[in-house]
Amino acid sequence: MKTIKIILNKIFHLYYDGFRSMTVGKQLWIIIAIKLFLMFAVFKLFFFKDFLGSRFSGEKEKSEYVIDRLTQPK
Amino acid sequence: MIEFNTSLIEWSRAQFALTAMFHWLFVPLTLGITFMLAIMETIYVRTNDPEWKRITKFWMTIFGINFAIGVATGIILEFEFGTNWSNYSWFVGDIFGAPLAVEGIMAFFMESTFIAIMFFGWNKVSKRFHLASTWLTAIGANLSALWILVANAWMQNPVGMKFNPDTARNEMQNFWEVLFSPTAINKFLHTITSSYMLAAIVVIGISSWYLLKNRDILFAKRSIVVAAAFGLLFAIVTISTGDSSAREMARVQPMKFAAMENHYHGKSFAPLVAFGALTPDPDTTKKQDFVFKIEIPNMLSYMAFLSPNAYVPGIYDFTHGNPEKGIISYQERIDKGKVAINALATYKQAKKENNDSLALASLTTFEANYQHFGYGFANTPEDLIPPVATTFYSFRIMVIFGGLFLLLFIYMFYLSIKNKLEGKKWLYYIAIASIPLVYITSQAGWIVAEIGRQPWVIQNLMTTKAAVSHIETSSVIITFWLFAITFTALLIAEIRIMLKQIKKGPKTEGGH
Repeated sequence: MKTIKIILNKIFHLYYDGFRSMTVGKQLWIIIAIKLFLMFAVFKLFFFKDFLGSRFSGEKEKSEYVIDRLTQPK
Repeated sequence: MIEFNTSLIEWSRAQFALTAMFHWLFVPLTLGITFMLAIMETIYVRTNDPEWKRITKFWMTIFGINFAIGVATGIILEFEFGTNWSNYSWFVGDIFGAPLAVEGIMAFFMESTFIAIMFFGWNKVSKRFHLASTWLTAIGANLSALWILVANAWMQNPVGMKFNPDTARNEMQNFWEVLFSPTAINKFLHTITSSYMLAAIVVIGISSWYLLKNRDILFAKRSIVVAAAFGLLFAIVTISTGDSSAREMARVQPMKFAAMENHYHGKSFAPLVAFGALTPDPDTTKKQDFVFKIEIPNMLSYMAFLSPNAYVPGIYDFTHGNPEKGIISYQERIDKGKVAINALATYKQAKKENNDSLALASLTTFEANYQHFGYGFANTPEDLIPPVATTFYSFRIMVIFGGLFLLLFIYMFYLSIKNKLEGKKWLYYIAIASIPLVYITSQAGWIVAEIGRQPWVIQNLMTTKAAVSHIETSSVIITFWLFAITFTALLIAEIRIMLKQIKKGPKTEGGH
């Protein structure tokens, strides 16, 4: 138990001290945060809905739709 | 009458191409520079020379910038699969899902765990553990690429699966056949080794800037010797895998191979066009004659089939057919494809009506013609010819610049071991100019691979127009421009931060 605690403490400090001592990294994290926000909170939410998932609830309906599209494309 | 929204298809293709090309601006440097970091750090651990630590840490910063800006840009492609390419996503089923899941679970976690130790662990873990983390980061990054490239190779050469007509999905029959298909092996090796070349050129180019500015000389010379040796070794592997990729292409994607050469009339003793220019106006079969060309006799036959007298089929052999060579025409394949499509529709209807005998008969017809399924979405044989000029020129850009980079590696390596690198300004300028050129070369390689296989999204089974989701074209146009703006901003940010770090140069730090 004590060993696990020491290991977890070391892992925590690896990240904590690492992030604290970053120089160029801080700027990069800001870019990463903005990028991920744009991707998941803007692009994914508003523009990239799962086409089949948002129209059909079951696998059967999805497969029937795709077969329809492939065999009777409009 | 089969009708498709051409504007939607073209915008969806443009959007995917844009995001894939931007994503690929970040990936190859990561793949290559991580191994060079591992080599540099290994030398540091073995020699205990602090200069090697300084070198490792500087290139680690460059890697960190590239990784941070590029990370997750590939996720956009997955968004697009679900939204813009839903027919395709459904159709590929678990074939695509399995490799990507393995990538997510194994490689991504491996990579992201050890990156933290690599960046933060200099004074926290032992030298050897840190070194192991650097090597594991490199291996993890390259394993990530493996699964993506296996998925891509399956689209070029679909093997190891069976189509389920009840679900309209391809189901994995043999994972190992998918993983170890010759196309997958060639694609993986050619892509990663060419990425190593790109990373080596970036290291040589930046180091040459220091030599030009007459600063950090020892750092620059040592970086160049590692990068030149690394680049030289993998340039040889890239040429070898490129050669086997071409043979594999001639076997499984012969139309792409013919388009790459602007090769219309099949022939034995076929020459390879080393360089040439095409007339600007194509005819109805997209044919453009050569304004001029420099040929290597018999080389195309040799490249495709390892025999100088081998018959290399041309574009017309496929569009018109060549019974003498056992090649059926595209028109015949289109007809068989339409039979497969109609049989699938009949099968589905018969199943609904519980008409078992009709279902069985149509299933038999469908399975007999499934290999031509995708051809049924084309209206004319000409629809199945890829953009020839783009493929032709892109191939030459890739090969010619690739050859020049090989020469640069040889010369740089020679000068490094003879300690004659200093005072060669002209060479430094060439090395610096090679940085943008190597990115163009890398993109050209993917243009050959992807534009050259159009109109297929899955070779012989699904065309791009059958794969696309029926969504509003306007939404695709909006997201195209949103991506263009976002990725351009990211690229500018990367270049600015990198230039700032390069100007600062390597710094001396403590730690073991």
